[in-house]
Amino acid sequence: MKFSESWLREWVTPAIDTTELVAQLTMAGLEVDTVDPVAPDFSGVVVGQIVSVEQHPNADKLQVCQVAGGNEDLVQVVCGAPNAREGLKIPFATVGAKLPGDFNISKAKLRDVESFGMLCAEEELGLGEASDGLWELPVDAPVGADIREYLSLDDQIIEVDLTPNRGDCLSIRGLARDTGVLNQLPVNEQCCDPVEAEISDSLNVELRAPEACSRYVGRVIRNINVAAESPMWLQEKLRRSGVRSIDPVVDVTNFVMLELGQPMHAFDFAKLEGGIVVRMAEQGETLRLLDGSDVTLNTGTLVIADQQKALAMGGIMGGEATAVGSDTRDIFLESAFFNPIAIAGRSRAYGMHTDSSHRFERGVDPLLQGIAVERATRLLLDIVGGEAGPVTMVEAQQHLPQVSDVTLTVARLQQQLGLTLESHLVTDIFQRLGLTILKADEQGWTCKVPSWRFDIEIEADLIEEVARIYGYNRLPTATIAAALPIEGIPETRQGLPVLRQQLIARGYHEAITYCFVDPTVQQQLAPGLDALPLANPIASDMSVMRTTLWSGLLPAIRHNLNRQQSRVRLFETGLSFVPESDGSLLQESMIAGAITGSRAPERWVDNQEEVDFFDIKADVEALLQLGHTHEQYNFISTEHPALHPGQCARIERNGVLVGYLGQIHPRVQKALDLSQPVFVFEMQLSKVLEDELPFFKGVSKFPEVRRDLAIIVDENISADDLCSTVRQNAGDQFVDLKVFDVYQGKGIENNRKSVALGLTFRNSSRTLAEDEINAAVECVLKALEKQYSASLRG
Amino acid sequence: MENLELLASEAEKAVDQAADVVSLDQVRVEYLGKKGLLTGLLKALGKLSAEERPAAGARINEVKQQVQTKINLRRDNLENMAVEARLAGEAVDVTLPGRGEDVGGLHLITHTMERIESFFTRVGYTVEEGPEIEDDYHNFEALNIPAHHPARAMHDTFYVNENTVLRTHTSPVQVRTMKSQEPPIRIICPGRVYRCDSDLTHTPMFHQVEGLVVDQDVSMADLRGTVDQFLKAFFEADLPVRFRPSYFPFTEPSAEVDIQCTNCRGKGCRICKNTGWLEVMGCGMVHPNVFAHCDVDASKYSGFAFGMGVERLAMLRYGVNDLRLFFDNDMQFLKQF
Repeated sequence: MKFSESWLREWVTPAIDTTELVAQLTMAGLEVDTVDPVAPDFSGVVVGQIVSVEQHPNADKLQVCQVAGGNEDLVQVVCGAPNAREGLKIPFATVGAKLPGDFNISKAKLRDVESFGMLCAEEELGLGEASDGLWELPVDAPVGADIREYLSLDDQIIEVDLTPNRGDCLSIRGLARDTGVLNQLPVNEQCCDPVEAEISDSLNVELRAPEACSRYVGRVIRNINVAAESPMWLQEKLRRSGVRSIDPVVDVTNFVMLELGQPMHAFDFAKLEGGIVVRMAEQGETLRLLDGSDVTLNTGTLVIADQQKALAMGGIMGGEATAVGSDTRDIFLESAFFNPIAIAGRSRAYGMHTDSSHRFERGVDPLLQGIAVERATRLLLDIVGGEAGPVTMVEAQQHLPQVSDVTLTVARLQQQLGLTLESHLVTDIFQRLGLTILKADEQGWTCKVPSWRFDIEIEADLIEEVARIYGYNRLPTATIAAALPIEGIPETRQGLPVLRQQLIARGYHEAITYCFVDPTVQQQLAPGLDALPLANPIASDMSVMRTTLWSGLLPAIRHNLNRQQSRVRLFETGLSFVPESDGSLLQESMIAGAITGSRAPERWVDNQEEVDFFDIKADVEALLQLGHTHEQYNFISTEHPALHPGQCARIERNGVLVGYLGQIHPRVQKALDLSQPVFVFEMQLSKVLEDELPFFKGVSKFPEVRRDLAIIVDENISADDLCSTVRQNAGDQFVDLKVFDVYQGKGIENNRKSVALGLTFRNSSRTLAEDEINAAVECVLKALEKQYSASLRG
Repeated sequence: MENLELLASEAEKAVDQAADVVSLDQVRVEYLGKKGLLTGLLKALGKLSAEERPAAGARINEVKQQVQTKINLRRDNLENMAVEARLAGEAVDVTLPGRGEDVGGLHLITHTMERIESFFTRVGYTVEEGPEIEDDYHNFEALNIPAHHPARAMHDTFYVNENTVLRTHTSPVQVRTMKSQEPPIRIICPGRVYRCDSDLTHTPMFHQVEGLVVDQDVSMADLRGTVDQFLKAFFEADLPVRFRPSYFPFTEPSAEVDIQCTNCRGKGCRICKNTGWLEVMGCGMVHPNVFAHCDVDASKYSGFAFGMGVERLAMLRYGVNDLRLFFDNDMQFLKQF
């Protein structure tokens, strides 16, 4: 809500300056967003009148004007504006005037003719758009008056950002009421005395949807002069509230809305067929609106209709066909109460938002309709003439908002605010706010809420009002006191921060990417899944919910590769959104990483080998080894649509899938426009964080013995398979196994490989004998030979 | 025995002249070895009278000892010199960077959230999380925002379908917690939230940390104290904090919290739009309708809730001047924190 300070001060006159007023409004919950001067600084400009105009002797486009209004009787001014003419009243910048933009007016000679001052357009005073002529002031403008005084330009435009509960402040009257409360001042209500009917014309009004429209006030006004101009004061008030002046009828309805808070509408009476019917729209009924758009209505939408057709979307926007136009002579004024529930959300559903719907959604004072009609009638008769008919008021009492009584107990007030307030202070606040106190005793207060306060319904609302007017910052502060029981922290659950720190220590930076991703990226990475689309995405490349964190990480890698970063390591934790076959959605917490570029940071010493599968695997292992369960994990060669078929593994824990790692498939790499190979992993956090308590296994005093075996097997036998055979067959003394070499090439048959295994044996209570170890090794070799045709390398 | 003095001085000279450990050892053998010159003198003692013998013997041994000490000293010396010479050859340029991985870093948002969490968990709050795709009930209805409520326009909501949204705040976690736990409740709810809005000062995804306290006799004074203490701790400064009446459907009374502008210290600048204040949080006393939805007995318990935007706080604390940088994931940005 935008308004001018001077307008507010017509209603209430606190003895505080703008700064203080603004601070006061803000601290009362009516947050002031901006304060802008109505006009920039300028001086020396008066209302001038062109008394005579002569052609400039030396220039076709200039005229020589004699202007009244300055200090002397008549002043000569050379002017180039096409609309300069005898009798015209204009802003006149006299010699010595200072105009916006450090423009000083002095005596000048234009093509040998002297000129004493300048006649101004709106733009030159910083008050309007560029135009091709002088600002034509009204004929009744007092010649010689300072233009700043005449137009009340020493004024501020204040914009308050109102919260949805304070619909009552969407008017000067409402703002004045709160200002009055805060300053303990009365509000000067403007005159809304009834205007006597001079004619008997009226329209029948029928409320067919009384729950949506429970009061409708209408009035016919005949013989208006729609060509009349809105007076300067009206235009200026509208302009300062950000409303464009259109014609006097629309201007008056807008003015009443801004002043009192009642949205109104004027129909061209001649275009109405029969009486007014307020009803719900028929399904599919169409209407062309004031703004020229066509809407197809549904049965949830209230319309104002006549006997034949819908005329307007009730409380939202009027129709074009019955709008007041230049040929209108008679009008029908509407001032209605629409139930917030009937209007709320409707305009948004049609993609609209109007000043009217904004107010009705939030609640318009149900006692205002009659007053507004009288106010508008008075103004219209003054401006456009005509004769008013009687006021028609139709209402459905049982559907009008019921003013509820609300009770506040002293105990509750004290408990909620942590403060004991003297009873008379609270009573005073309520009275100032317009609440009627029905009962007040040592227990508390029961109040009747004024019709304009839709937001006061329950005890808590009264507490807020007391706190708000008393001042939030005068309330006490306290430190919470609470019992401090010691509570268990499950040690079998690791913390995410530890995982993050591990990756950071391994050179990863954490990324945070949007959860809605590009469907084409998503399709590349998880072609089998129908990623959940948003109904109203903000952009097409942010329109589906990621099923994998790679959908955000890989574009982040690309972003950096495209910015001279050849080595990037990123990780992210967050939810993936995976549609399940039963139609449900799994929101699973994941940890994922992506690396590309050299194995080590660029250095003076290391060779610059590129990362490969075993680098990212080491990072994954480093995460899994943080707990005490890493032996439960297996890496199984597999296929994944986004990963290189030969460098891709499933990560399983006790046979249950935990995640994947591998190289991004070169096809996907190309499709995602990644300039170099990228290796990725992703795991389900809940599974990775699940740990077990370690348990002491004893420390042996006796030496361990190591035996190294180089065996030759088919190249497709996995190290994991070999190792598990070794573990199963190495006997009780076996404690550890290392794969310390894998070799293919010279000296080894094609399709075979040599794998070097280091076995460690130890007994906790004695030194092992040579033949025990030999027997164990023999057992291992036999098993390897049997299962994998393994032979010892010669 | 005049030979003894001569030998001693020759021996000492030879020791001094030995250039390395090997030649020093030759000197030792030459004088002190079994067939050494000084050793030889001892063998000649037999020629002396029994009276002379002890004194002469003692004298020879004294000299031998002297020479041996000299040799030992010289050996240590030579060894030290050799070590030093070797070490001198092993000198490295200590200003060259170390070998191995550079350390990465936490995202500034995560860091800020963890820091916020720590203030609260230290005093007994627990961290609760929840789904980011929510149903209308938990995101709106249970929070006293019925369909068509104008407050829904305050949240530019991303919809999945009519009944399913990307959560617009972390408040649904409060609802879920109140439904599953008995008071006293002291939780904070950090996480990602979504609003359909993107410009200089809005990203369609951002982070919130919300807090909720429900207990007997919780008051607005407790809320004011908690928020005030938190903000002073967060900014590590005795910043003026003010509460302004505001409106949230899920709290009543409601307040916006401003801190004195961290940039101009209240004088007025571009960042605070010349008001001297910066809005950093929203808060209020839990609305009875919310308690009713969550089956909390409002006659027995009261509570407060607060919520803050993590990006906003991080920008103020660390001087980040463009919100969108948080989600560009540019290494130039990530490496700074």
